[in-house]
Amino acid sequence: MDLAKEVFQHVEKLPGGNLILTSTDKLFNWARSNSLWYLLFGLKCCAIEMMAAGASRYDMDRLGLMFRASPRQTDLMIVAGTVTAKMAPRIRLLWEQMAEPRYVIAMGSCSITGGAFFYDSYAAIKGVDEVVPVDVYIPGCPPRPEALIEGILKLQEKIKQESIVRR
Amino acid sequence: MIEEIKIGKDEILDVCLKLKESCDFLAFVTAVDYPERGLLELVYNLRSLTDNKNVILKVELPRENPEISSVAVVWPAAEWHEREIFDLFGVKFSGHPDLRRILLPEDWQGHPLLKDYVKPGVIKRPETIK
Repeated sequence: MDLAKEVFQHVEKLPGGNLILTSTDKLFNWARSNSLWYLLFGLKCCAIEMMAAGASRYDMDRLGLMFRASPRQTDLMIVAGTVTAKMAPRIRLLWEQMAEPRYVIAMGSCSITGGAFFYDSYAAIKGVDEVVPVDVYIPGCPPRPEALIEGILKLQEKIKQESIVRR
Repeated sequence: MIEEIKIGKDEILDVCLKLKESCDFLAFVTAVDYPERGLLELVYNLRSLTDNKNVILKVELPRENPEISSVAVVWPAAEWHEREIFDLFGVKFSGHPDLRRILLPEDWQGHPLLKDYVKPGVIKRPETIK
């Protein structure tokens, strides 16, 4: 019900009529930010926390987040884990297959800077932002589900600032 | 009690065919790099499920152009283990049905588990950071 209240803040009701007036920006942003379907893939131990955040105790479904197994049906990619040199081209391919508008969350220190594999690693990429553009960074090793949900709330705030004119 | 047998690299197929009569299970094949001795040592861990015994075969190879017969014809399980050793140590297994890299990208240069492997762009850990 809070969501309904939120959208009706931007809606003006005509007296006696059944039409609503709002701006497309506000309506689109409201719809997009509250139906972020995320891509079902995890790279390492952060994926366990992502699964916990999606399961019933933390329940990301209540924010409108559902996992989808196909990149063509998703809006959000949560990069949960170390990006290796072999996985990096595949991540780029998955990102290119996602329909716009698309968002990326870098979850955990590995996907931010390489984390524990920053030194002496021949296989780890030093941050997923070398491969795809990142919207929100969530620090932690691994971040708790609360931190992931906080990051998603930050992303929702970011989406609500957007305008379809710029896209 | 684990039997440990050191053999020469030319005897590997004969020894393995003989051992196959009792050792029906190849647990793993791995390699160790000894740059100061100029050696690569292959380690074959065999297991006999009928006699409940382990046998370890060790073969020493020169570090330059290491090559040995594949035992994938004896135990098919050796196929991927030998691909991994080829990938990370650069040992050529002659007679292997499909000798390609298994873990690293196909266009990778070098063999990272050799002690003298250096890749440009790898950041060395400073002495001050443990």
